[in-house]
Amino acid sequence: MSGEPILSVDRLTMRFGGIVAVQDLSFSAERSQITALIGPNGAGKTTVFNCITGFYKPTGGAIRLNHDDGKQIALERLNDFRIAKQAKVARTFQNIRLFPGMTALENLMVAQHNTLMRASGFTFLGLVGVPTYRDAEKRAIALATDWLKRINLFDRADDAAGNLAYGDQRRLEIARAMCTEPVLLCLDEPAAGLNARESASLSELLLSIRHELGTSILLIEHDMSVVMEISDHIVVMDHGLKIAQGTPRQVRDDPKVIAAYLGADEEEAKAVMESES
Amino acid sequence: MTALTTETTSTETTQVSHTAGIPFILKKAFLGACVALVLFLLMIGIRTEAGPDGQLTWWTRFGDLASIVGLVFGGSIVIELLRQWIGPTGAEKLVPASVQRSMSLLGRFLGPALLVFTLLVPVIFYNQRYILDLAILVLTYVMLGWGLNVVVGLAGLLDLGYVAFYAVGAYAYALLATNFGWSFWVCLPLAGMLAALWGVMLGFPVLRLRGDYLAIVTLAFGEIIRLVILNWQDLTGGPNGVSGIPRPTLFGIPLDNSDDGLAAKLGIEYSPTHRIVFLFYLILALALLTNWVTIRLRRLPIGRAWEALREDEVACRALGINTTTTKLTAFATGAMFGGFAGAFFATRQGFISPESFTFQESALVLAIVVLGGMGSQLGVALAALTMIGGFELFRGLETYRMLVFGMAMVLIMIWRPRGIIGHRAPTVYLTKAQAISSDLVKEGHG
Repeated sequence: MSGEPILSVDRLTMRFGGIVAVQDLSFSAERSQITALIGPNGAGKTTVFNCITGFYKPTGGAIRLNHDDGKQIALERLNDFRIAKQAKVARTFQNIRLFPGMTALENLMVAQHNTLMRASGFTFLGLVGVPTYRDAEKRAIALATDWLKRINLFDRADDAAGNLAYGDQRRLEIARAMCTEPVLLCLDEPAAGLNARESASLSELLLSIRHELGTSILLIEHDMSVVMEISDHIVVMDHGLKIAQGTPRQVRDDPKVIAAYLGADEEEAKAVMESES
Repeated sequence: MTALTTETTSTETTQVSHTAGIPFILKKAFLGACVALVLFLLMIGIRTEAGPDGQLTWWTRFGDLASIVGLVFGGSIVIELLRQWIGPTGAEKLVPASVQRSMSLLGRFLGPALLVFTLLVPVIFYNQRYILDLAILVLTYVMLGWGLNVVVGLAGLLDLGYVAFYAVGAYAYALLATNFGWSFWVCLPLAGMLAALWGVMLGFPVLRLRGDYLAIVTLAFGEIIRLVILNWQDLTGGPNGVSGIPRPTLFGIPLDNSDDGLAAKLGIEYSPTHRIVFLFYLILALALLTNWVTIRLRRLPIGRAWEALREDEVACRALGINTTTTKLTAFATGAMFGGFAGAFFATRQGFISPESFTFQESALVLAIVVLGGMGSQLGVALAALTMIGGFELFRGLETYRMLVFGMAMVLIMIWRPRGIIGHRAPTVYLTKAQAISSDLVKEGHG
């Protein structure tokens, strides 16, 4: 295993017409750790995500993904589905994007599309029902079942995803992303709209993914209780720029971060902090 | 036979939202009657005509007006009551549970029962040429419906030019058979492959289009194919069509009155019905092949990807699914079945011309798919039976045929807005396959 970070973003810039959404952003996400990207609304976090996962083509800069075997992939050159297929970067969405008319199990089976496609001989062998495909399908169902158990949705495997409770849908989306067997999991506000109990179980799930499977996680999150509890490393953005980074403790005490969140000057924020302490 | 049963697991859900009382129904009927009164007051209530000297004469027909308004009043009460009984949305089920149970039991055996009946049709109606011809026509549309169902129902891509592939298949067989003398069984796969190729050709330019835009481009594609056939006189014979298309043979044995014919070989008396029965079983086999392949494909990763594409294309891309090839395979698969059906059409008719491949055919096949319930195999078969069979059933009504037929369509869409069979059967399950309500299943963005 190489000591390089799993993901290194170097001077990433994204412009939409005259608007600079992300400017010269550089950060890295360490292997098998949880890196959080935080910042006030409109800071450009989701834009960074869309650049990393290939939904946007960055205007400038480099995004490098370092696989365990030392292979380096330039993500800014791959587009959409290849990032998930070849680079093994999976993502979830701010507004849940499950397949609502398909069952929870089917959602997880669709996630294993590329593995199953190969096993089915690109449909032709699967059509005649070769045993190798049947074995592959059994393995896929086993993996899906495993994930359904992990997210406590085993009993609802055959229910339509659209019928699940909101919190369950969030967890199912994460499980679906994990079924693509990614090296880097990108989560866009996974705790949005969850209550305290659901947030806690989400934190538990993410920590188990990090510790048991060693998958690196990059997440955008507004819920600071989740961010501070599970993150190893935090990058703070505001107005398209990186304003701070470090451990949760370092970031929490950074006056620039507080200023950005309160919408106040740095001096004022310092004054607030001093008066508190 | 097992293939059909999977689609028929019907679960009738009882939805209790609000009970529409008598005042509501009466109010609705009254409003309907008012609208009818305003509409028909001048159209029916007053009749004008030119008198003998060219002056305007007029007289009133309030009796007729009153009966029309009364009809609308009574009719809307009946419709509302029916809607509450049968309608799936927003109304309490007034049908007792026992009836519902027997209905769902009926639903489960409907597919196999239909199949058995279809197999026996030539035996039962052996002497009724008209019914056999009608059955062949219905089966052709069942096959076309099942083919288009892959594109529209599963992948959610609205295709208004499906008839183009039907035409490609028909002309492929007609031209190959008349020019090179190739047999039906050689030409059939070729016709399917050619149609699939054209499906891919259509697919490429429309990959980025969605919804209305996709519909318009596919519509144009259908017309282009027809116009090319019409104008490429050297190859296709233009408006004169292709005639003398060879009839299919039973693996080389012709079904005619000759000494080599099947009847002579079997030592039975020749009858033209033999060929009709053969054609019937041929199209039945082709349709069942389509059905079998579609049901298989739905359970393979490609089929799941089609349905996932219909549900959410962005999510598909995030999961590493190549949406381009997924869409193209859907177009190609649907087109291939259209091509098979086209080859059958050519061999059955013996003569084809561009007139058989107008937009109306595309619209009819699409109507069958939508009416049947997008994605449901049994639903599409029932819809084809209703549309084609029903159309023939109303033949006695002559001028009013289209009116009655149109009204029947509207009524079906009011009662069953998501088609005859609106729910979706899951492709894989752990414990129990539960039908998924049509409210959750997306229609696709095109």
